[in-house]
Amino acid sequence: MQSSKSLKEWIVIAIPYLWLLALFLIPFIIVFKMSLSDYVVARPPYTPTINLAEGWQSIKDAFAAFDFENYVFLSEDDLYIKSYLNSLKIASISTFLTLLIGYPIAYGIARANSSLRSLLLMLVILPFWTSFLIRVYAWIGILKNEGLLNLLFLKLGITDAPIQMINTDFAVYVGIVYSYLPFMILPLYASLEKLDGSLIEAATDLGSTPTKAFWQITFPLSMPGIVAGCFLVFIPAVGEFVIPDLLGSNSTLMIGKTLWTEFFSNRDWTVASAVAVILLLFLIVPIVLFQKHQEREGANL
Amino acid sequence: MSPSYNNNSIFAPWNDPKEKPLIEFKNVTKNFGSFTAIDNQSINIYEREFFSILGPSGCGKTTMMRMLGGFEIPTEGDILLDGQSITNIPPHKRPVNMMFQSYALFPHMNVEKNIAFGLKQEGMPKDQINDRVEEMINLVQLQQFAKRKPSQLSGGQRQRVALARSLAKKPKLLLLDEPLGALDKKLREETQFELMNIQESLGMTFVIVTHDQEEAMTVSSRIAVMDHGKIIQVESPADIYEKPNSRYIADFLGDVNIFEGKVASANDDAIQLEWAEGQEKLQMEASQPAKIGDSNWLAVRPEKISISKEKPIDADNILKGKIWDIGYTGNISVYHVQLPNGMTIKAQEVNRRRLANRELTWEDDVWISWRKTAGTHLVK
Repeated sequence: MQSSKSLKEWIVIAIPYLWLLALFLIPFIIVFKMSLSDYVVARPPYTPTINLAEGWQSIKDAFAAFDFENYVFLSEDDLYIKSYLNSLKIASISTFLTLLIGYPIAYGIARANSSLRSLLLMLVILPFWTSFLIRVYAWIGILKNEGLLNLLFLKLGITDAPIQMINTDFAVYVGIVYSYLPFMILPLYASLEKLDGSLIEAATDLGSTPTKAFWQITFPLSMPGIVAGCFLVFIPAVGEFVIPDLLGSNSTLMIGKTLWTEFFSNRDWTVASAVAVILLLFLIVPIVLFQKHQEREGANL
Repeated sequence: MSPSYNNNSIFAPWNDPKEKPLIEFKNVTKNFGSFTAIDNQSINIYEREFFSILGPSGCGKTTMMRMLGGFEIPTEGDILLDGQSITNIPPHKRPVNMMFQSYALFPHMNVEKNIAFGLKQEGMPKDQINDRVEEMINLVQLQQFAKRKPSQLSGGQRQRVALARSLAKKPKLLLLDEPLGALDKKLREETQFELMNIQESLGMTFVIVTHDQEEAMTVSSRIAVMDHGKIIQVESPADIYEKPNSRYIADFLGDVNIFEGKVASANDDAIQLEWAEGQEKLQMEASQPAKIGDSNWLAVRPEKISISKEKPIDADNILKGKIWDIGYTGNISVYHVQLPNGMTIKAQEVNRRRLANRELTWEDDVWISWRKTAGTHLVK
């Protein structure tokens, strides 16, 4: 007898696909269609529009009117290229900083005794109980010229005048690193916690100093956690809008901000859609790499 | 000790006062918080020994080994290697290697790289590393598997890689923590002999921790039996089995029948034990002087007891009983014989005949007997 999937099994499999279809693929097709359209002063602010009541002919006409004009425009104005590159730069540096700060924290938690461990993990997750927006706003209070940090510096006599921190790239890095740190710590913790302590003992037994044992054993074996953490930070950081908007300066170019301006200030939905599609293409590369990596890990274990 | 052990051809450096021990534990105590894992113990281990530390789980045997490896530091006392204190030397600076119970193979390195790991730390030149790795791979017969990762190997193969890796640096002392625990019985037995061959051919000193008494008996030059942080007895396998120093050892190693009684007469080497009312006194050889009236014990191994339907004439100790149960394990049968006072004695016979032809069966009245030299006189 050949086994065939029952109805129940099909439903279980179908749910995630339907979810992705309704909430990712269809919206993406709409955005993509918009990016091929032209800007008009109208409501909605683009043409052509497909009127299904007019049937097949309307769709045919629409397809005939589609072009890549918006994409050409993006490549001609270096504002967009700069925004993309700057976003990638800020996201890369922030990801690296997050890894630098998150690794020792995750390592410390994984090595802590088990009763303390759950408390420490709780503390990592605790900030999520407050709204993201409020937490970013709080940094304004800390970083601004008459903020907590400058007050402290002045009191301690480190500086005579307040240091300009708010509305700089520095503030953006602080905001991103702070906000995404848990996404780095948790996967790192998961892979470090699994690490068999006897491997380190074996390495030192074979003559490796504790430092060398870390680089030869712990670090390579935590690579799955490092990769997962970096992607989880990098991917959302590239498209980040709130943090550069609240903490960054007007000259902090990030593609999320550019997109927002295009959409809400310029009301140019078609260019904004093209920006979004390109951003997605940028991110698809690391996402696919991440997926490949996860599959390989799965096959290895 | 029997005279044969003083023969020079037999390896017994512990009996030679001129021999210097390789390892010395000097009054070593190890506490974990308020728990005393090792309680003021001293032992010597000699070069080329295959020394077993045997005991139930939690007896402190692993702690002894971890102190040798440098993973635990004694709370008190000193550990010497070749006359030098190693008590405070970290693991990576000790000429000691360990084979871990879990094998602790590096999962991201293939067999070759695992074996080469220790050599690389030494800064050995590449071509020498390659030669040594090849030598080790040949030694444990893993030629076809050199490029495989540990996850692609069977349990027995992993065990070999772990062994090769710990041997690669040719340490003065190799520690083996339950090295064969994860293998099935057949493979374990084969590997025991392989371990002995390797140890002999390389001329190394092995210290093995195990809870498997058969394994310890098979491989060891000497066995240290531990309990509750103390070494109870250190002897060669034959001596520890034949001449246990206490009821604990007699009972821990193999099967034993223990008679408790009062010393009725003690002259020269012969002791008579008054052990049950209406029963004849038991004859045994004294292991040490005993006073009349002392509470002493006689331990007799089941295989030393004969069982018969006819009353034997030439035995020193003869008891009458009824077969209450028979444990059949194929090659041998263990007869549980109930004595008139309710005590059950185990007597073991080799099944030379087929089961159907066995002349003894349940409820049979039988005689059990043994010579006075067969038992062991115990005072604790």
